[in-house]
Amino acid sequence: MRTSTVVLGAGHAGLAMSRCLTERSIDHVVLERGEVANTWKTERWDSLRLLTPNWLSRLPGYGYEGDDPDGFRTMPETIAFLERYAEVISAPVLTGTTVTSVRRALDGYEVVTDRGTWRCQAVVIATGACNIPNVPAVAEALPSGIDTVTPKDYRNPDQLEQGGVLVVGASASGAQIAEEIHRSGRPVTLAVGEHIRVPRVYRGRDIKWWMDAAGVLDDRYDEVDNVVRVRNVPSLQLVGSEDRRNLDLNRLTDIGIKLVGRLVGVQNGKAQFSGSLPNQCAMSDLKMNRLLDRIDEWATENALDGEVDAPHRFEPTRVEASPPLGVDLGGIRTVLWATGYRPDYSWLDLEVLDLRGRIRHDGGVVESPGVYLLGMPFLRTRKSSLIDGAGDDARFLSGHLAAYLDSTIARPGLALRSA
Amino acid sequence: MSTVTSPVDNGVNVEALLGAREALTAMPEAAQFTWRATCEWVNGTHSRSRVEGFFGLGEEQKHRTEFTYDADHPEIFASEDHGATPVELVLAGLASCLTAGVASVAQNRDIQLNSVTATLEGGMDIQGILGIDPDVRNGFSGIKVTYDIDADATPEEIRAVVAQSQKRSAVYDVITNPTNVTVEVN
Repeated sequence: MRTSTVVLGAGHAGLAMSRCLTERSIDHVVLERGEVANTWKTERWDSLRLLTPNWLSRLPGYGYEGDDPDGFRTMPETIAFLERYAEVISAPVLTGTTVTSVRRALDGYEVVTDRGTWRCQAVVIATGACNIPNVPAVAEALPSGIDTVTPKDYRNPDQLEQGGVLVVGASASGAQIAEEIHRSGRPVTLAVGEHIRVPRVYRGRDIKWWMDAAGVLDDRYDEVDNVVRVRNVPSLQLVGSEDRRNLDLNRLTDIGIKLVGRLVGVQNGKAQFSGSLPNQCAMSDLKMNRLLDRIDEWATENALDGEVDAPHRFEPTRVEASPPLGVDLGGIRTVLWATGYRPDYSWLDLEVLDLRGRIRHDGGVVESPGVYLLGMPFLRTRKSSLIDGAGDDARFLSGHLAAYLDSTIARPGLALRSA
Repeated sequence: MSTVTSPVDNGVNVEALLGAREALTAMPEAAQFTWRATCEWVNGTHSRSRVEGFFGLGEEQKHRTEFTYDADHPEIFASEDHGATPVELVLAGLASCLTAGVASVAQNRDIQLNSVTATLEGGMDIQGILGIDPDVRNGFSGIKVTYDIDADATPEEIRAVVAQSQKRSAVYDVITNPTNVTVEVN
């Protein structure tokens, strides 16, 4: 089978790219191992809602049409949103098609699937950043009686045995799940490493509204100090909820969750925690305040101070004087690893990975000509990890891709870009 | 009217450090270092440690000269006090590591330092080392580091420099996280 461009993955990023390719009349197909919005359907917990308000999840040619622009989509709503989008843009999605290899061919690329092989000039990798949950090596030292679960498999507290739970990781997933589990009557200890604290609402507006308006989400990958660093920053400590509550460590402490440092070892039936908790929290508070400073400056420059609430700062994160450096795992029934995800490129047979297994790319333009990457943290801007960021990235990269296809037209018989 | 601003100079060659980071990202094997010390018993609780050679960047390296450190215990421990106690050397190591980090991070952030002083306190219940109470650990119950920094920066910027220095400090990591220690006898 032949086409000009194969898009891998029918999530928000792959669909946004499909729409941009259609606009440019570029012949393409979107291959999807499951169904549209597969990860949202099969790998997310029940209570999860998007962290961005409804109005801020825009895709090319498609915005929010409902009556709750400031609400946060539930998973069923997110799935329905993406399914509707796929319909509206008539995306040429082939579902139930698992890619087993992408490799170079004499005249472009070969995409091998369990339902046949595609030949194409260009490949767009939109398979996402969250394929494989990270589980630290220390997991192997856990006593055998302890259940372990990752956010990919976690659905709700009822699936856990009664008893204490150690949640490892305090970013969006860890903090949300810790709160939910603790409220179910299973006492939670939360191991806290690097995390990014932000308030849900600041000066009367949603933090994402500020970040969008003040241009924080538009910070570019080629203008930040250290792009590797920003691409590895953990998710914001946020929850999308009707009460628009903050999900910072002070709140978790208030409901009775025990904060400890980063999990660094398991020995003699004890979990060991780093003594770095005070600095992790201090760094996070400093970072939050720098963001709020930037927002305040922007508000003043744009004469908004009269329209919104007065600037203020939040209580610093409270850390007890001597947080425990270990807990007896006898009191822990389940360990939940909220320690991030990594992408799965086991099917990618191109020499484009760096030593850490990440795709080498310049703002989504992969080193191998005609290959593009989409839907990754800080791919081109800070919002690249958001649904709302896929549009700008897809618009830019589809332009680059179109120029690339044009350049191959000089080689007769190779380019299949229809008029 | 024109203002002449002299470039920030904390005596740290940030370009060289950033260059090394870039080079070692591509060559992780060259980033494998081994640090060494030898220690010889002198008499009583007095010992003398020496450092000179280490391994890194794929080959044997040497300090400009050999450095020696005497360690002993104070007279209230019925010792002769020929040097710092080993735990004081640990505090000194932590302070030096964090302070080197403060200078480097400040340089990288274009912050001129005028003076930096760290004061360290490590609390210890010596019922542990004396074997009086098995529930008391031998080591510090906690370490408090206090910085007094005069720099051309806001208090928040200075706090951020100190926080980043902890994040990148080897000795801070050694102290805050467990390390496997193997002791063998030839």
